[in-house]
Amino acid sequence: MSRDLHTQTLTELAAGLERGDFSSVELTGDLLGRIDSHDPALNAFVTVTAERALAAAKSADELRAAGKAGVLNGLPLVHKDIFCTRDVLTTCGSRMLENFISPYDATIVERLAAAGAVVLGKTNMDEFAMGSSNETSYFGPVKNPWDLDCSPGGSSGGSAAAVAARLAPAATGTDTGGSIRQPAALTGTVGLKPTYGRVSRYGMIAFASSLDQAGVITRSSADAALLLGVMAGFDERDSTSIDHPVPDYTAALSASVKGLRVGVVRQHFDDGLDEKTGAAVREALAVLEANGAILTDVDMPNLDLSVPTYYVVAPAECSSNLSRFDGVRFGHRAENPEDLLDLYCRSRGEGFGAEVKRRIMTGTYVLSAGYYDAYYLKAQQVRHLIADDFHRAFENVDVIAGPTSPTPAFKLGDKTDDPITMYLNDIYTIGANLAGLPGMSTPCGFVDGLPVGLHLVAPHWGEETLLRCAHQYEQLTEWHKACPEDFS
Amino acid sequence: MNSAWEVVIGLEIHAQLATSSKIFSAASTAYGAEPNTQACLVDLGYPGVLPVLNKEVVRMATMFGLAVNATVAPRSVFARKNYFYPDLPKGYQISQFELPIVEHGELFITDADGHEKRIGITRAHLEEDAGKSVHEGFEQSSGIDLNRTGTPLLEIVSEPDMRSAKEAIAYMRKIHTIVRYLGISDGNMQEGSFRCDANVSVRPRGQEELGTRAELKNLNSFRFIEKAINFEIERQIEVIEDGGEVVQETRLYDSVKDETRSMRSKEEANDYRYFPDPDLLPVEIDAAYIEAVRETLPELPAAKQQRFIDEHGIREDDAAILTASRALADFFEDVVASTQGQAQGVANFVIGDLAGALNRDGLDIEQSPVSAAALAGLLDRIKDNTISGKIAKEVFDAMWAGEGTADEIIEAKGLRQITDSLAIEAIVDKVIEANPGQVAEYKAGKDKLIGFFVGQVMKETGGKANPGQVNQVLKHKLS
Repeated sequence: MSRDLHTQTLTELAAGLERGDFSSVELTGDLLGRIDSHDPALNAFVTVTAERALAAAKSADELRAAGKAGVLNGLPLVHKDIFCTRDVLTTCGSRMLENFISPYDATIVERLAAAGAVVLGKTNMDEFAMGSSNETSYFGPVKNPWDLDCSPGGSSGGSAAAVAARLAPAATGTDTGGSIRQPAALTGTVGLKPTYGRVSRYGMIAFASSLDQAGVITRSSADAALLLGVMAGFDERDSTSIDHPVPDYTAALSASVKGLRVGVVRQHFDDGLDEKTGAAVREALAVLEANGAILTDVDMPNLDLSVPTYYVVAPAECSSNLSRFDGVRFGHRAENPEDLLDLYCRSRGEGFGAEVKRRIMTGTYVLSAGYYDAYYLKAQQVRHLIADDFHRAFENVDVIAGPTSPTPAFKLGDKTDDPITMYLNDIYTIGANLAGLPGMSTPCGFVDGLPVGLHLVAPHWGEETLLRCAHQYEQLTEWHKACPEDFS
Repeated sequence: MNSAWEVVIGLEIHAQLATSSKIFSAASTAYGAEPNTQACLVDLGYPGVLPVLNKEVVRMATMFGLAVNATVAPRSVFARKNYFYPDLPKGYQISQFELPIVEHGELFITDADGHEKRIGITRAHLEEDAGKSVHEGFEQSSGIDLNRTGTPLLEIVSEPDMRSAKEAIAYMRKIHTIVRYLGISDGNMQEGSFRCDANVSVRPRGQEELGTRAELKNLNSFRFIEKAINFEIERQIEVIEDGGEVVQETRLYDSVKDETRSMRSKEEANDYRYFPDPDLLPVEIDAAYIEAVRETLPELPAAKQQRFIDEHGIREDDAAILTASRALADFFEDVVASTQGQAQGVANFVIGDLAGALNRDGLDIEQSPVSAAALAGLLDRIKDNTISGKIAKEVFDAMWAGEGTADEIIEAKGLRQITDSLAIEAIVDKVIEANPGQVAEYKAGKDKLIGFFVGQVMKETGGKANPGQVNQVLKHKLS
């Protein structure tokens, strides 16, 4: 590891490749070597696609030599195992899809590949993205590189751990209630969840369709801007993707935070927030203020309704989305079924883990005749109230800032017995999903050696504001550069 | 029918929309392909795939809405109907539930007393068809063919306005005619492109409250629908008269045994857990779109029927028959446009000889071996007295058999009508001479015998004498 390529950000690597300091094959080889030696401790990967990666790196090098390099030419990254990748195992962290080889590529997989990205492998995740600790994965929990006894958060825990441990410079993730931002916060990485409809959901295995959004986990906001520019944009295969112009996100980074109106939500600092975490976040806010940002208090009266609302809407949609896993056409199939009912019951009973089953049952219940109005319909109404809170706040501020997660990384096994405590982990992030807003987490300090994240939320299509604010903050601090000791 | 009971029938008709690709995917909808060759990843419900609405179905549903004087909703929403079945890959069917695309329509049928009767159309909504399970050729297992999965359907739900199986059939035929006129469905019942479920109940005549209904499924021909409904009416009356109660249930019609059987009761019915499909945006239709679609509407059966009466002077019942299918009506008008003959004569020929021949050979009007132009050529020869109406039938049969045009056949077979009065007089004389008895009777006042004499002359001439001339000459000679 004389070159230390693994410590560089995507942007730095792009420049190095362009200068010819090293080849994509060399870079890819280095990282595959790191995965080999370090992943056994982390369990961040479900699949490592070494051969395919080296072949892709080779052809990227050839394209560059021929003067045909795309914006991500030869740059390695990893995909959360929720994205369908042609001819490669796509498990979604579930026994149900333990042997599922996707026959097609997700739109974002296609777009990143077309820009020249080299895929090192598929990352571990909570089963069907249902979890906040990566402990619901059929393939075992992912360890947090900052403390191997701790959870990296979830559901994009494998992606976050891989990026934090310098096994890959960047990863894709998905965020339904905080699944990119919370693990980013808990691993000291940058996580961006774009506006709902900004990035195609085609080929991303659905958890809760009206909340799911694909995004990235990186080690800098500049890297997130680079990747988002490639991933974003209308896709005719996803009716909920929106035909909205894709700006130059990298160009948006350079403006200072001077005059930026930053909303601070009073309720974010109420009970439930770990004191030291709160102090780190306040410090971050002070840095922004000292550099010209204008801090304003904002009120989000319906914040406490976001978790219960989410846990009606998301399970309802998941109960329907996961019906296709029935053992008939693909995925896990029970052996020697006696009849159709037995085939269904055992295939699903064996294929799904406890948390997935819990949510399917909750979702089935809230959609049932006689309960629909009281739960699902009511939750949709509350969802509008929460969205209204944001809209009102954004009349006076450009961005809302606060903690990403109430605590730093918690010990594996600590919260597995109590789903409600686990669910409360996403209290600050869920609102953005319910309202379809873009959100981001960037490192802002440490508590007892574990990273803390600063959470930013912007109005619809406000990715440029998020990236600018986070990038400027990163220019003023060093938190995002910190590397876990065992993975330097 | 037992007159103490009133029958109440509502129909749910599924019309397959005639798009070339599926409602939410690009796969082909062509019928009869090898199993599972026309199902793409979206149809198969693969992980991660998403539905994209085929805009054609919106246009077609809008056309239907306008044709039945309904409201086309400015905003309609696709919902998921959740249930597990092997032929339903996603575990839910995408349909419309609370907000359908078409509501509050109507059409008019003729009831048993010959009066016009309004049948309300509650709604029509878009949905995807399921695949089908295949049991033949499998042991200890079933096959699944997903070719039909995702085929677009328009489900047309009537009000419970029909009071007999005959009315139900009349309504269904009207809908069948309309969708084919609009070109939005081929209406092919054998291939399942047009099928129907019937909700049937009975109540004591005069009672306001509706009786408990049974839903009859699997009705795929007009004949079976009528038989199934009539069987079900008798069954329900019998149950009630025997002191029992009709239970709400789904019943399957068995065409072999001509009976309905219970399939599942209300208690066994699924809770479909409908909710708006988050993968699809609401369908929003503005007034300009509706007007643009209205511009493309063809003349509809009722209007065409009235025009045939007003413009062509066709008898009302004939106009109804001719306008039952757009193709037949078009054929008729093509003939009228290119013949010198009277329109009613054209109607008689089309409804009589032509329809008879088509029916005999099992052909549609589009497949008629005698084209509209060729038929016009034949009718022109009647008009100009080259042949009689009777000979025309013989010429038509030869045309049907592909022996040539009317003129060619008349020439080749020497069928030209005898109009030479001297020739006709000679034959008349011969007939009078050969039948002295009848002549005496006729002269004694038995006028009806004129028909006998005409017949004899026709026989002598092989039907080629001009009947009007023969009549005239006979009357003159016998007076």
